[in-house]
Amino acid sequence: MTLPEFFIIAIAVISAISAVAVVAAKNVVRAALYLVGVLGGLGFIFILLGAEFVGWTQILVYVGAIVVLLLFGLMLTAAPIGRYALDNQQRLLAFLVSAATFTGFTVMIWNAFGDQEIPLDQVVRTRDIGTSLFTNFVLPFELVSVLLLAALVGAILLAKKY
Amino acid sequence: MVTSLFQFLAAEGGEATEHAIEFGHKAGNVFVEHAWIVLALPFIATILIGAIGKRLPKGGSEVGILAMGVASVWSVGLLITNFIGSARVETTYQSFDWFPFGNGLSVGFGLQLDGLTAVMFVVVCTISLMVNIYSTSYMHGDSRFTWYFTVLNLFSGSMLLLVAAPNLLQMLMGWELVGICSYLLIGFWWEKRENSDAAIKAVITTRIGDVGFIIGVFVLFVAAGNTFDIQTIIERAEAGEISMFTLTAGCLLLFAGAAGKSAQFPLYVWLPDAMAGPTPASSLIHAATMVTAGIFMIARLFPIFEISEVAMNTIAIIAVITMLMSALLAMVQEDIKRVLAYSTISQLAYMFAALGVGAGNAAIFHLYTHAWFKALLFQGAGSLIHAVHSNNMGDMGGMKKYMPKTYWTFAAGTLALAGIFPFAGFWSKDEILTEAFNFGTEPGRGLVEGVNHGASSDWVALLVYGGGVLTAFLTAFYMSRLFVRVFHGEFHGHGKPHESPKLITGPLMFLGIMSVLAGLVGMPWWKEGFGTWIAVGGELHVADANVVLIGISLLAAGSGLALGNKLYASHPAVDPLKKLGWFHTLLVNKYYLDDFYMAAIIRPIRDRVSKAMYWVNNNVLDGAVNGAAAATRALGRGVYKQVDQRLIDGAVNGMGIGAKATSGRVRFLQTGNVQRYAALLFVGVILLAVLFTRF
Amino acid sequence: MNLAWLLTFGAFLFSVGIYGVLARKNAVLVLMSIELMLNAVNINLVGFNAWFADQTASGQIFSLFIIAVAAAEVGVGLAIVLLIFRRRKTIAVDEVDLLKW
Repeated sequence: MTLPEFFIIAIAVISAISAVAVVAAKNVVRAALYLVGVLGGLGFIFILLGAEFVGWTQILVYVGAIVVLLLFGLMLTAAPIGRYALDNQQRLLAFLVSAATFTGFTVMIWNAFGDQEIPLDQVVRTRDIGTSLFTNFVLPFELVSVLLLAALVGAILLAKKY
Repeated sequence: MVTSLFQFLAAEGGEATEHAIEFGHKAGNVFVEHAWIVLALPFIATILIGAIGKRLPKGGSEVGILAMGVASVWSVGLLITNFIGSARVETTYQSFDWFPFGNGLSVGFGLQLDGLTAVMFVVVCTISLMVNIYSTSYMHGDSRFTWYFTVLNLFSGSMLLLVAAPNLLQMLMGWELVGICSYLLIGFWWEKRENSDAAIKAVITTRIGDVGFIIGVFVLFVAAGNTFDIQTIIERAEAGEISMFTLTAGCLLLFAGAAGKSAQFPLYVWLPDAMAGPTPASSLIHAATMVTAGIFMIARLFPIFEISEVAMNTIAIIAVITMLMSALLAMVQEDIKRVLAYSTISQLAYMFAALGVGAGNAAIFHLYTHAWFKALLFQGAGSLIHAVHSNNMGDMGGMKKYMPKTYWTFAAGTLALAGIFPFAGFWSKDEILTEAFNFGTEPGRGLVEGVNHGASSDWVALLVYGGGVLTAFLTAFYMSRLFVRVFHGEFHGHGKPHESPKLITGPLMFLGIMSVLAGLVGMPWWKEGFGTWIAVGGELHVADANVVLIGISLLAAGSGLALGNKLYASHPAVDPLKKLGWFHTLLVNKYYLDDFYMAAIIRPIRDRVSKAMYWVNNNVLDGAVNGAAAATRALGRGVYKQVDQRLIDGAVNGMGIGAKATSGRVRFLQTGNVQRYAALLFVGVILLAVLFTRF
Repeated sequence: MNLAWLLTFGAFLFSVGIYGVLARKNAVLVLMSIELMLNAVNINLVGFNAWFADQTASGQIFSLFIIAVAAAEVGVGLAIVLLIFRRRKTIAVDEVDLLKW
């Protein structure tokens, strides 16, 4: 086991535990903070996998903006702070469904890709991402920007106080 | 042109080809060739009178007289040139296919022309002519003058149709038509209830006979192998193809029709009542022509009847009963026409008796002579009635000085009826009595080649003879009773009667002459006489005269006349016959036969059977129909309630209710909880994933 | 390293996210769980991109788009949550169940 591998595994484990904490935490703010842990961990994994730009973008956008947004949302909607029941009645069904999903996925994955290896020494530079984005995927890029504009306008419109 | 049409049509079709036109020895005889004119003229006259009669100056009677005049001349010409003596031709048949009825069989329509037909033509046409002339005066002023002549000529045509018929179906047609014309004429003055009652009585009584007649026609039709043609039936019967039982049955049934139409016991009750009609109509129909239809029919089918001894005996016995019964009844009547009516019944019985003993020629000879003098007597009676405006003998008396022409002609008729030499009735009556005696005393006389021909039993023939002599006596008696009371002595009526106009006395005189002379053609010494003209049953023989028998019958007639004169010349106030006490009462009440019919047949049928039928009709038949309707309605209701409401609507409603119920349960799935939806969605996705990857 | 492990990790995150979507009452927490699921997809994509190493780096590009879209979606989603909160004074998902039988 090489060093990157070790770190990937370690961060993955932490992220996994944090993810579980997100959905199991009794305190909403703590759940949000655990989410930070997951998202951050994921960002670092991206970097280790050679996706620098994506990794930092992940941390920037997700942790920096989205989580903050979520926290604002929690604040504005008077999230119950403290130990309150945050799970609904169908916990069991949800657990079963997620377990089944996980099992199914795992079986499929190991059937398909059980013997594949990822070379961890390849890094995709930001320059390559940019080139690809603006040559091969320029249309989706523009569309996403329009989408963001729409989301922006929409959010403002929706949340306006009359 | 029409004959060639007949030829053409006859050549085309079934049975008619068997009897295609054959010309006799005198080829191209115009009377024969166009003999159909005699048939057609009365019908044409009927149509003309019916259509335009009212506008003609004489109300249509001139058309009738003209038509019957031509027909009479033609028929006399036909008779003289074709069927007398050496000029006799073979029987000709002119007919065309009337209607075919499968299997190549067909019924023809036309005429069978032989001596019998020709003689009947002469009788019918001439007497009809006399009646037409007579009626012009008699019916003068009547509101339905034209209708009278229409029906009168229709009757003449129908009788000719009957007489000329080559097959039973046409004869049946003529038979029914004369019945209807009789009904129309009897009930001519229907405003009086008793006249229309009499007409209905005539129709119903003759109808009873007619049912037998129709069945008899069909029995013969089937027995002779599906043919109506008279000649064919005769041939097949003589060839022995028809069983004796069937033949007898058919003959008896036909005789039933003859008994109805020709007023024999027990169906004679209509004839006296039929005197309610106008007298000239009575003289034509109920004296000379229609009532003789039965006798003619049997004469025409004589070879068939001769084979069956049972039938012949039946005819003879009933004839004897009738002749005596009606002669007795004639003795006590006060109404002139009724005396003559019963006399007619009695004379018809003579003719039947002659047929019954096998003397076909004698029967037709008597028919011929009787037609003349009976028509004369009726017309004379009409003349009297016209003068005193009453039918009753008590209102007359001493009419000799008022109505001389009527007196002399009536006298001629009376003597002819009584059978005095040399008047017409003498020859024919004597021939009958002679034949009856001969048949009775010569056993086996009728057998020809082992086949029974003209055989009634011996005792029956002798019975006929005895009854005939007795009846001759009675006939003479009641006629002289009538004659003396009406024409001699003092007038007991009202007003002053006068002689009838020329149009009435003219026919009387003609008929009077015929009553004297007509019988001479049948003198037994003349071997080419009447019998050879008509040749009934193929027999050409004329009876020989038996002086003894002639003497006996003259004695009977003479004593009858004398007795009548003796009893009534003094015009007793009380009828001497009343001395017969209970017998007189019996006769006056007509042997209570009418009452018997009323009680035994009419009342039960009218009051019980008809009521029962009415009940059946209302309750059973209408009940069935209504029941069907009610059942259908109930079925409809049932179907509506059960099938439509419950089943179909139930199904439809059920589907609705079911959908509502299920949705009522299913909708609880929609909890509104989005997470629940999401959970179920994921479950579904997993299932699908497993399905698609595994199977 | 073994690709399968990375993908398993992604699957795990996804399953946890499903649990969170289905089991949490607070709408914002549900949004968080949805973020988790999206991130699981991201890790898959990046992992595949690292394994496949194509010229256009389409995996990473795709994941960038996902990040962008996720961001937009969270914004709009929170706006809606706020609206609901204003109206019903609650953002418990199982209390917003008017659209029911």
